[in-house]
Amino acid sequence: MKNKNLYNYILGIADNSLILGQRLGELCGHGPNLETDIALTNISLDLLGQTRNYYQYIARLHDKEKTEDDIAFLRSEREYINVLLVEQPNTHFGFVMARQFFYDVFHLMLMEKLQESKDETLSAIAKKAIKEVSYHFRFSSDWVKRLGDGTKESHYKMQEAVDELWRFTDEFFHLTEADKAMIEAGIGVDVSNFKEAYYIKVSEILTEATLSIGASKYFQKGGKQGIHSEHMGFILTELQYMQRTYPNMKW
Amino acid sequence: MKKNWPLWEVFVRSKNGLEHRHFGSLHASDEKMALENARDVYTRRNEGVSIWVVKSIHITATNPKNNGELFEPAKDKIYRHPTFYKLPDELKHM
Amino acid sequence: MNEKDIKNLEEIFEQRIARDEKIEPKDWMPEKYRQTHIRQISQHAHSEIVGMLPEGNWITRAPTLRRKVALLAKVQDEAGHGLYLYSATETLGITREELYEQLHSGKAKYSSIFNYPAITWADMGAIGWLVDGAAIINQVALCTTSFGPYARAMVRICKEESFHQRQGFEILLTLCNGTEVQKAMAQDSLNRWWWPSLMMFGPPDAESTHTEQSMKWKLKRKSNDDLRQQFIDQTIPQAEILGIKVPDPDLKWNEKRKSYDFGEIDWEEFWQVVKGHGPCNKERINARIDAWEKGVWVRDAALAYAEKQSDKKLNKAV
Repeated sequence: MKNKNLYNYILGIADNSLILGQRLGELCGHGPNLETDIALTNISLDLLGQTRNYYQYIARLHDKEKTEDDIAFLRSEREYINVLLVEQPNTHFGFVMARQFFYDVFHLMLMEKLQESKDETLSAIAKKAIKEVSYHFRFSSDWVKRLGDGTKESHYKMQEAVDELWRFTDEFFHLTEADKAMIEAGIGVDVSNFKEAYYIKVSEILTEATLSIGASKYFQKGGKQGIHSEHMGFILTELQYMQRTYPNMKW
Repeated sequence: MKKNWPLWEVFVRSKNGLEHRHFGSLHASDEKMALENARDVYTRRNEGVSIWVVKSIHITATNPKNNGELFEPAKDKIYRHPTFYKLPDELKHM
Repeated sequence: MNEKDIKNLEEIFEQRIARDEKIEPKDWMPEKYRQTHIRQISQHAHSEIVGMLPEGNWITRAPTLRRKVALLAKVQDEAGHGLYLYSATETLGITREELYEQLHSGKAKYSSIFNYPAITWADMGAIGWLVDGAAIINQVALCTTSFGPYARAMVRICKEESFHQRQGFEILLTLCNGTEVQKAMAQDSLNRWWWPSLMMFGPPDAESTHTEQSMKWKLKRKSNDDLRQQFIDQTIPQAEILGIKVPDPDLKWNEKRKSYDFGEIDWEEFWQVVKGHGPCNKERINARIDAWEKGVWVRDAALAYAEKQSDKKLNKAV
């Protein structure tokens, strides 16, 4: 491959969008009401659209001819390098919103910086994505406030979700070898630079939502190295079902 | 009775230069959500550049029962229309 | 109002419809008109949201990213269409929650076709091609129905749905141009969806109740049998393009009628499904109830939050 680091760097961002888009896709038709159902599907569509842009780009970096679908559907579990957060299940609506919120704050900050990438394609994708992600952030942070500062029950459920998912937030800021090489080249974003800003932003909104900030200092990691939670296998089972059952066909 | 999310009316401006037009309605718990829902429901195909939402209960409407007294009297005031005035054909641009 | 006055109003009302005038929500209307419209429009709305389920269950398994986003967008449109239709029903003085209650309790009906299982990917093609194809025939006719909000919702829906049938046909076309396994998958799907699609137009005219009234109110523009024939005539050539065979040994072109003759529909199966005993009736309703009940705390929270916010605003103002 011409540029393995570039490939892996983009793959990391794209896999997050794919797996989160897939998770949100599970909810289509099962939302708390029609309006919210439609809104969540819009977010899923945005994420999958971004995924396609990234995969189409890196498919060209392969020596052999590859397609976006080869990358999306035909890797083994250890080859997906999304963060653990995005593969967490839709336990209840509070989890869906907390997962979205934690991701959106990071995603937005990442896209802001990625616009400045020296890689023109990447910068163009980020410029388009940032408009979508800004909306996701607005949507999820509003919902975090509604649920946090809504009823007693919703407060309890939202706090439960925040506490459960908090341990997955630190992984955003781990740098892989590909990350480091791409930062060096002026293509990638040094996410460690906005780690503090990330937690300030998250805390601000959680506080407004009358929620307490995750207490745990023990964080989980591994997704970026392809060491996933047990949920991942089931996600891939559905995602890859057609491609694995009927290999080498056009759909 | 159990309380439900109120109904809102949605008005969308398709592009600058055009007025906001009534697009339909939806449910939302607050005005922020009403705007967001309106965006997600009614502009999925790039139909708008501006959205207004208003709670349906805030709309005051005429009663069709009174249509006679409200709207009939305007019908015979044909002198408000340009065609009422007979002018020679040679006259252009008036 | 005495009986004579009502009679008079009814006559004026019927004349307005005969003149192609639209009826708007606040206009006087016979109680039967209101009730019939609540029933039919909400039934249509229920069909949209129950219809999300068989296709929704394939979103996570769609074979390519392109198919995945198209299917997601399509199922999302169905939510939108349900929403437009519920809104149109609400103008008649009933709430969406009351309509859901009717759906969940089994009092309200929805299109029977959605009680059949979507078991292979080819079913996503067949549903788009046949089910949406049949629905469009009904819906185009309803764009000029007499009740304004319903007609407007239908216009919007027809515009948006134009991609749905194409999406389905393209899925099948790809299968039919593919491997033997794929072709067989497409054929199997047509075998299973063909007859239920024909049933979508409702019982034969001879057994159809309230047709005359519905014709007068423009809730129905053509009879069930006429629409069914139209659907068959336009679909057979499409099946030929795909190269798959409609599962009806009696299907034959009738040169005299310039239409296809077709075999007997199994009306017993139709009534069984309508009465709630189709393959997936229970699953569909349970899925709807489940989503609604799991959403209670979310909807309550949003309302409570909105109240707190407006209290805060009030306190600031004082």
